[in-house]
Amino acid sequence: MIDNRPSSPPVEPPTLIALFTVFLRIGLFSFGGGLSGWIYREVVTLRGWIDEDEFMSGLAVSQILPGANVANLSLYIGQKLFGATGAVVALVALLSGPFFVAIGLVSAYSVMTSFDWTETVMDGVAASAIGLLLVVAVKGGRRASRHVGSIVALVATFLGVAVFHLSLLLVVAVVAPLSVWAAWHRSAKP
Amino acid sequence: MRDDPLLKLIAVFVPFSLISIGGGPSIIAGIQHQAVDVQHWMTSREFVNFFAISRAAPGPGSMLTTLIGWHVAGWSGALVATLALFVPSSIICYGVAMVWRQHRGKRWHTALEQGLAPIGVGLILAGAVSILTIGHGGPLAWAVAGGAGALLLWQPRLHPLLLFVLGGLVFVAARLISSML
Repeated sequence: MIDNRPSSPPVEPPTLIALFTVFLRIGLFSFGGGLSGWIYREVVTLRGWIDEDEFMSGLAVSQILPGANVANLSLYIGQKLFGATGAVVALVALLSGPFFVAIGLVSAYSVMTSFDWTETVMDGVAASAIGLLLVVAVKGGRRASRHVGSIVALVATFLGVAVFHLSLLLVVAVVAPLSVWAAWHRSAKP
Repeated sequence: MRDDPLLKLIAVFVPFSLISIGGGPSIIAGIQHQAVDVQHWMTSREFVNFFAISRAAPGPGSMLTTLIGWHVAGWSGALVATLALFVPSSIICYGVAMVWRQHRGKRWHTALEQGLAPIGVGLILAGAVSILTIGHGGPLAWAVAGGAGALLLWQPRLHPLLLFVLGGLVFVAARLISSML
């Protein structure tokens, strides 16, 4: 079922216009969350604008820093591709769609809730959006499985946050130095 | 000037921007306290409605802030509140991303990147599980999420909107069936 072939993403050279339209689309269609999964698909899988390690570490940095994770991640990718201009373009593109849709929804809210099925449909949409996140987790997990240290870091982070409900900052503060130390140690070997 | 609603929005949301570590969910309780109890911008009932709408809207959950700004001062309020929430944290993120990029290729950079990557994966998995646990989809939500993920791994170019339609249909079908039993 799972395609294990190393995917060679079709590299489409990034332009500012492509950056804008990609993030505008992500912002507009990212119902039910799973935005980082959608960003991964558009930027890494389909276009190969950045590689997986860059994406995953950018994802970790985006979550540690203050601010909405996806906003930080978009800015990080825009900055990497086109510097300050890219950062602004990606962020503005990501937020401008939801800005108008959210305000439009407030006006439509009373109509929507009188339609009793809206919530059922939204629950289904939200659940399938999680599938996008699971793809990132599977890809990242496959990469991490090359090193014991990475597997331990992945599992410890997951258990700490999802199972033991520890604070995200605390978990990262403990796991990150150890994981980075292990990666540093690995890189010393020829 | 002290009572200018736009300045109030800035004064309330800029601090939230700087402390919103871990993203939007960490500051929602604080925003509720400010909007309802401190600033008296809205009732708690209205706040819950706005929260639900921000969940139904695309984009980051922080669009809740846009709605509060819109409620307080119309279009200019929506714009000011959104900027107040996103600009300060973005400046910090930009600075970090720039330093990060300048040191690309150095050994410590590679170690940081490879060391942080599995943590990013762990956090994304934890996020997926917490959304599935909090939501009211139950086991069906887990099944749909797992099925959607498997489909995407099998067919990476499949359009996510198609998945969303399928997910919505599965939930509608399940509700129809359970109402008939």
